Amino acid sequence: MTTGAAELSQTSTSRGVALPSARRLLLWTGLAVLIAWVLVPIYLVALGAFGGRLGVFRWPKTIWPTDLSFAAMSQFLAIEGVFNALVNSLIAAGLTVVFSIALGAPAGYALARYTFRGQNAYRLLVLLTRAFPLAILALPLTVSFIRLGLYDTPFGVSLIHTVLALPFAALVTQSLFMGIPREYEEAAWVFGCTRFQAFMKVVLPLALPGLAATAIFAFVISWNEVFAASILTVRERTLTAYLLRILAESPLHYRFAGGFILIIPSVLFIFAVRRYLFAVWGIASK
Amino acid sequence: MPARTSWIPYALIAPSVVFLGALFLVPLVQTIWLSFSAGEGLSLDNYQRMAGDLNFSLAVKNTFLLTLVVVPLQVVLALGMATMVTKLDKGRDLVLWVLTIPLGISDLAAGLAWLALLQNTGYLNSALYALGLIQGPTGWLSQETPVALFIAIMLAELWRATAIVLVILIAGLQLIPKEFSEAAEIFGAKPWTRFTRITLPLLKPSLQSALILRTVLAFEVFAVVYALGGRNFPVLVGEAYVWQNDNQNYGVAASYAVLIMVISLAATAVYLRALRTRPEQLP
Repeated sequence: MTTGAAELSQTSTSRGVALPSARRLLLWTGLAVLIAWVLVPIYLVALGAFGGRLGVFRWPKTIWPTDLSFAAMSQFLAIEGVFNALVNSLIAAGLTVVFSIALGAPAGYALARYTFRGQNAYRLLVLLTRAFPLAILALPLTVSFIRLGLYDTPFGVSLIHTVLALPFAALVTQSLFMGIPREYEEAAWVFGCTRFQAFMKVVLPLALPGLAATAIFAFVISWNEVFAASILTVRERTLTAYLLRILAESPLHYRFAGGFILIIPSVLFIFAVRRYLFAVWGIASK
Repeated sequence: MPARTSWIPYALIAPSVVFLGALFLVPLVQTIWLSFSAGEGLSLDNYQRMAGDLNFSLAVKNTFLLTLVVVPLQVVLALGMATMVTKLDKGRDLVLWVLTIPLGISDLAAGLAWLALLQNTGYLNSALYALGLIQGPTGWLSQETPVALFIAIMLAELWRATAIVLVILIAGLQLIPKEFSEAAEIFGAKPWTRFTRITLPLLKPSLQSALILRTVLAFEVFAVVYALGGRNFPVLVGEAYVWQNDNQNYGVAASYAVLIMVISLAATAVYLRALRTRPEQLP
């Protein structure tokens, strides 16, 4: 019995990792270096964000957390305009999610379920956006947005962010709907559902996790965008636009606090969608 | 059903076509128009002003240099990471999560994170001081230290944007059948031969999309540069921002935009040609 278990575990380890121990050590050392490379700057900006004015100018610094306090962060949030910028960022990102799903998902469904004339032209249009630096296109929009009353509103910013997120949403939802067998829908039609009902009751529940991942990506795209948000706002800035504007004159610890707030949702979101990351980019990069 | 064309697919794509038409194609044409119009009629005035600006040649040089250094390094780094990660089976998900975190981080935030490390009284200087290499707080991010500033921006860009290359390459690696490598191994091919003769050629489509995406984005580099060096390191998009926002000259800003678009399209065309895959080469 015991020998059997020992044998079993031995075979499983030798099958699982066929690397000799020296090379395994090398592999894990390399990975540890890479993980540190990713995490250390985030850790350091967090120290800067919670260290306050004194922390920033302490010399020489230690990498251990000393006298951290939330006071530094709450001071930053209390600065006039910061909280407003945070709210604007959330509104713009939320609207980007709504628009890119509302416009992109139907297109993805059409590409997945139908063959139609003009299909390739549409795909080309979507892929073409990839070859252009899209944020740059916001330049002439300044004038049109002023005329339409959209200038300096989170709504206007979300429109240009949707241009960034929409092609992505269309391609990802296409692969998502292709993964749901057409037969399920057809069965629902047989049982008397209309097309719309069949979609709502059968396809949508199955597609929901993937749609949530797409929504999160759209949110992150908008949350992180700097250039278009900066040139399309003056008073109603998003957080990135606000931080860019104050870069030159604000003290370092405020900049670090802003950077830290920008990073936090990204880390959480990437964790939430990690399962979809490769499916999403594998498809979207075609 | 696929054979029959109905109105439904058109109704489904119509909203996104209208949207992209209004907010992608129209601004595209407007930008080009704006760049050629100065006062009355069409002219190259804006382009002349752009080219005559002090920062112009510096911005072109810096942007190209940064792209030419960063993008190849990112591909090599991402290939290394991908190879290491595929060798794992325990902890693979956790390692991948950590390595892909920068994917979600804004370029502005990335610049600020590296600023925490590299500023005068920052952690790099503290470490150098502890090692006895410098006497006290030292500046690395000013005009007096262009090489150090370039390296700082390069590191921040590598840190931030390698993750996207990694994800595309791993997605591509998953599509390559294991049997190919195994067959080559049976015939005595060494790991390096297997990598260069099998993995790399089959990864070409993924490499192509990663390179196109990264190069277009690299020519758009802006916020990282501003967070680290302000205007000490002029880049193309940064100049467009200054002309639009500070100088309120939309024509010259549009000229910069058109220049960046032309460069991006040219780069895309080069990649599409240089890395094209014939259908018979696919597995």
